[in-house]
Amino acid sequence: MGSLNIENVKKAFGPVEVLKGINLEVTDGEFVVFVGPSGCGKSTLLRVIAGLEDSTSGRVVIDGADVSATPPAKRGIAMVFQTYALYPHLTVKNNMGLGLKQAGTPAAEIDRRIGIASSMLSLEPYLQRRPAELSGGQRQRVAIGRAVVREPKLFLFDEPLSNLDAALRVNTRLEIAQLHRRLKATMIYVTHDQVEAMTLADKIVVLNAGKIEQIGGPMELYNSPANEFVAGFIGSPKMNFIDGARLGETAKTIGVRPEHLTVDPKSGAWKGTVVHAEHLGADTNLYLDCEKAGLITVRIFGVYNAEPGATLYATPDPAKTYRFGTDGKVLK
Amino acid sequence: MSTATHSLPRTIGAHAVLLTYTVIALFPVIIVIVNSFKSRAAIFGAPLAPPTPKTFDLIGYTTVIGQGDFIHYFQNSLVVTVASLFFVLLFGAMAAFALSEYRFRGNSLMGLYLALGIMIPIRLGTVAILQLMVASGLVNTLTALILVYTAQGLPLAVFILSEFMKQVSDDLKNAGRIDGLSEYTIFFRLVLPLVRPSMATVAVFTMIPIWNDLWFPLILAPSEETKTVTLGAQLFLGQFVTNWNAILAALSLAIMPVLILYVIFSRQLIRGITSGAVK
Repeated sequence: MGSLNIENVKKAFGPVEVLKGINLEVTDGEFVVFVGPSGCGKSTLLRVIAGLEDSTSGRVVIDGADVSATPPAKRGIAMVFQTYALYPHLTVKNNMGLGLKQAGTPAAEIDRRIGIASSMLSLEPYLQRRPAELSGGQRQRVAIGRAVVREPKLFLFDEPLSNLDAALRVNTRLEIAQLHRRLKATMIYVTHDQVEAMTLADKIVVLNAGKIEQIGGPMELYNSPANEFVAGFIGSPKMNFIDGARLGETAKTIGVRPEHLTVDPKSGAWKGTVVHAEHLGADTNLYLDCEKAGLITVRIFGVYNAEPGATLYATPDPAKTYRFGTDGKVLK
Repeated sequence: MSTATHSLPRTIGAHAVLLTYTVIALFPVIIVIVNSFKSRAAIFGAPLAPPTPKTFDLIGYTTVIGQGDFIHYFQNSLVVTVASLFFVLLFGAMAAFALSEYRFRGNSLMGLYLALGIMIPIRLGTVAILQLMVASGLVNTLTALILVYTAQGLPLAVFILSEFMKQVSDDLKNAGRIDGLSEYTIFFRLVLPLVRPSMATVAVFTMIPIWNDLWFPLILAPSEETKTVTLGAQLFLGQFVTNWNAILAALSLAIMPVLILYVIFSRQLIRGITSGAVK
């Protein structure tokens, strides 16, 4: 149980088309991440799946049943929101139990499920507290617990980590990954952070301007992006795009990731001046202004001492250089 | 002592301004209350003097309690104010929720239409309202007043509350929908508690004009049975002789209930339970 099919879903707000025909298949137990820049329609798509928005056309099928006209509570889903969205007047325990209570689940069963969820998320000491008495990380764990007790077919996460600070974000990310491994449930996760997408997903769906750009595993998207958009979106720092004509190439654009460039002070393909250097300890990001290639980023593993103004030669790894045509697609 | 955020001259200046304003605002009220405890001769002899054992006189209060049915007038005023307030808040909040939460055709036009009443005084329609009340047999009933005051209070209530309801987190309402709460439960249990401070603001703004109104009670419900306090106090305003003791006493008494209601709501103004719902 827990499969999802989206068939040609379109959504328009007035004249503005936000989703332009989405087709997607999610199998049982998969962790799927929707990723894309803000305004690409990923949250809208999640809302359509949840039933919080009606699609203009197309079908949403959960577990073989068309739920396009089913209210959210009856779809067998649970959702975790960016802003936690806990009920301020209820205790942690009642927050988690409210959905089951509404569905008429016996009290003993509710208590059993809350017990399991709260021990899984180490929330037991806080069960009698109200959301106002919890920290941000605890609130988000309660929100996740509220989803877990429903034992849904589908977990939906709407940017759940965006409101947490960096350290907490890493911890909670780990907890979500463990939760997925333990529950083996189907999860759909929306984020604009490609690091979250890469670390959590079995399958990443890259969205841009209401359309799916590419669907694939994290490494698949990293190693063989279908087009310029995906190539630029996956990977950090961003892939360097160089005008093909400047390099005397036939392709419209040449793409090379910062980590696939090597630098040498004496010789190399592209001569450039160091504009700025970022020292991160584990690696160093150099910004080079090259005569041929323009401003590029180079990522060097480990410490590399380069002063702004120094001259360096950058050389791309030919096996890991991407060539894009005029339509943005990769040339084979 | 002056620190980064406090400097003595500025503190004194601010307090001086605020105190001056307080004195100006309270002056008429104090004069009314002080003089209500004095004899008639003393009111005219030394209006600003506080009551002394010689001038102290409760004649005003005994007249008010004895003559006319003031307890009953109070009751009428209270019933009208509380009932109108209840309906204004209920319907105003519901309309505001619909306007801020649902997308439907004509939403913004409807909002504009509902807000129009802020700009057009309801008293312009007095003649039509009177004809309506006569036709429906509601003249000289408290219902007539409640209906009129509800209509009078709604535009401002809808306008203010819809602004506040837009600020209530969408995620919270959606979480409720996923948990299977009905739209009514979402409205009453999730949204209303979160906009409680703004409800109190609306309540205060709505309540005071209703309590103080003389116009509609005079026109729609002037009978002895349905008189409100402000109308009842007119009893002592004669064409030739005015019973100042009684009027001042009646006004002093009339301040009390509205003051109590204000204290109740102003506590709500500062209290908010939004913390914890969203970051």
